[in-house]
Amino acid sequence: MNEIVKKAKIAEDVFDFWIHSPSVSKEARPGQFVVIRLHEKGERIPLTVADTRPEEGLFRMVVKVVGKTTHELSLKKEGDTILDVVGPLGNPSDIENYGNVLLVGGGVGIATLYPIAKALKEAGNNITTVLGARTKDYLIMVDEFEEISDVLLVTDDGSAGMKGVVTDAMDKLFRERKFDICWAVGPTIMMKFCTLKAREFGVPIWVSLNPIMVDGTGMCGACRVTVSGQIKFACVDGPEFRGEEVDWDELLKRLAQYREQEKISYERFLKTAGEPE
Amino acid sequence: MKNRKTPMKEQSPESRRKNFEEVALGYTLEEAMAEAQRCLQCPTHPCVSGCPVGIDIPGFIRKLKEGKLEESYRILKTYNNLPAVCGRVCPQEVQCESRCVVGKMKDSEPVAIGRLERFVADWAAENLEEDAKPLAGSKKEKVAVVGSGPAGLTAAADLAKMGYQVDVFEAFHKPGGVLVYGIPEFRLPKRIVEREVNYIKRLGVNFYLNTVVGKTVKVKELLSKYDAIFIGTGAGTPKFMGIPGTNLNGVYSANEFLTRVNLMKAYLFPEYDTPIRVGKKVAVIGAGNTAMDAARSALRLGADKVYIVYRRTEHEMPARREEYHHALEEGIEFLWLTLPIRYIGDANGNVKAMECVKMELRETDGSGRPRPVPIEGSNFVLEVDMVIEAIGQGPNRVLLSEFPDLELNERGYIKADEDTGATSVKGVFAGGDIVTGAATVIKAMGAGKKAAQFIHSYLTGEWNPWQK
Repeated sequence: MNEIVKKAKIAEDVFDFWIHSPSVSKEARPGQFVVIRLHEKGERIPLTVADTRPEEGLFRMVVKVVGKTTHELSLKKEGDTILDVVGPLGNPSDIENYGNVLLVGGGVGIATLYPIAKALKEAGNNITTVLGARTKDYLIMVDEFEEISDVLLVTDDGSAGMKGVVTDAMDKLFRERKFDICWAVGPTIMMKFCTLKAREFGVPIWVSLNPIMVDGTGMCGACRVTVSGQIKFACVDGPEFRGEEVDWDELLKRLAQYREQEKISYERFLKTAGEPE
Repeated sequence: MKNRKTPMKEQSPESRRKNFEEVALGYTLEEAMAEAQRCLQCPTHPCVSGCPVGIDIPGFIRKLKEGKLEESYRILKTYNNLPAVCGRVCPQEVQCESRCVVGKMKDSEPVAIGRLERFVADWAAENLEEDAKPLAGSKKEKVAVVGSGPAGLTAAADLAKMGYQVDVFEAFHKPGGVLVYGIPEFRLPKRIVEREVNYIKRLGVNFYLNTVVGKTVKVKELLSKYDAIFIGTGAGTPKFMGIPGTNLNGVYSANEFLTRVNLMKAYLFPEYDTPIRVGKKVAVIGAGNTAMDAARSALRLGADKVYIVYRRTEHEMPARREEYHHALEEGIEFLWLTLPIRYIGDANGNVKAMECVKMELRETDGSGRPRPVPIEGSNFVLEVDMVIEAIGQGPNRVLLSEFPDLELNERGYIKADEDTGATSVKGVFAGGDIVTGAATVIKAMGAGKKAAQFIHSYLTGEWNPWQK
């Protein structure tokens, strides 16, 4: 159980895992996530299910090294196991035939978007995707998205595709064509600005939130976000919400609440750990 | 008072407020024997009727008195699968001990039944060889138990003893439910829970951890694979005051705070990866056992000042007396008749203070308690850098939302027969907090025990409430 069957480095600090877990691979739907714990002393962290192969009992997760636990995970090898995998958790995406759909992915959020994109494609939508990253070295899964959608790349430095940020690409596309709905998944600050952009053009937008979580089953309330003025738990009421309804500034502050401890933990770990590999 | 309970040694308040070691140290053999002598072995044994699982209390105390400790333990274990847990966390003062004849006599305290139970269970753990035989599986019927807290563990153990194959599904990575995520180490060491869970494993019960029923395993699948199901998922969703500033950093639900500390061992950060805020001035809202646990944990993490803020008074406080006294001794300050109305944050979204209003008690409300009413103009600001809300929980919706056939009551908990645990769905039973709302460990165990008996009656065909 929970064996890492396949592992690859697919971009700078980004790792692609296929994990053996028959129940997750069988039950997971687009938009859902798992909570993992690496070892006895590890913390519980939520990670998106990026794809499944139910016939082989495998599911995929794409992970960017941002701190101690993700770094530690990046050092795991094929054949190693993850101590605990719980899931699938959260609600599946609202998939139907909307018509023209714009998907916006930033950084490792691109992986979260992938199963949503596939399901939307299957439901008959016409999909356009904007994939953004700092530079081309951080871009992931471009080929996979090109198979199912029109893709527009954006990088901060112009090393791949358009030079700029994803909202520049959204602006361009919204001026050219009519979209019925869009999804944005990426860093919280990116999703906030994607929401502002979508609102500017009157296009409804879904976002997938990734707040701090502990149990992932509605028990602790760590992941609470204000949506339309009400307290919601991202783990059981989300993780997807309508961007227009999210209190972004509060969420951004909540995400920073353990920054000091995260730094202590990571620096302590880096003294003994190797580079992500 | 002349005829007192034999005192139990405790860590001194000065030392224990800095560590997570157990506060109460338990009886020695001599102390236990002395205390057992105080039991009159009265013929009416009212204590038993005060026990939700109906332990033969005079029986186990008599064997202890006679020095037959193993026999004493066997008697306990016949009725109670988790005696070391109950001996520590049961509110004996309102149950067995409240009815003790000795306690009714002038100048006299009741027999310390809880302490004796704890002593016998701990003695057995140290002195007896493996104490369980695999009993599960002699019958062909299979029972699924959802949730491994006190209700689920009790139902599972009793059903296994009857010979049923029992599979327990637990969402967390450790079995025990509230016993492992909620009750702190200093009140219930995790090794004690592990010991009692291991006993249940040895009976032949299978535990599937990291398994969320409704998500990882669908309800339909359980219904088709098992002959009966017991749901003991507990009360899981924290309630929040919902006042301005609730989502500021540093405002926790007691569930989150206690889970980080107990289950994830955040008090050992950074050796353990899970972080927790260490507040200097901490306010805990509410005055139940959970509030006491949270306040005392915050103190042990290094807080300089911990307040318990409660809108009623000491007399209405739901916490156990013993926990209250422990908290007082450790220096927790109680702000009675006080209600927070707003949390105040700094520029980074961290809580830095809270505005409160003083309350006065008026005539009794529907709950039978005096109704607290705000006193106009009594507002004041209390400086705090951490707040823990321990104001109760609602039903966890994860399983319930995936089980639409299951009838719920007006409060959103599972509608189950009080005596049998039978729900609206054939073969499905429920008990514990998911039926009653937040209550005690022993009440949940009592519900698990009853449900196990009626699951047995149902599976043997003696009884079927769903037959129309």
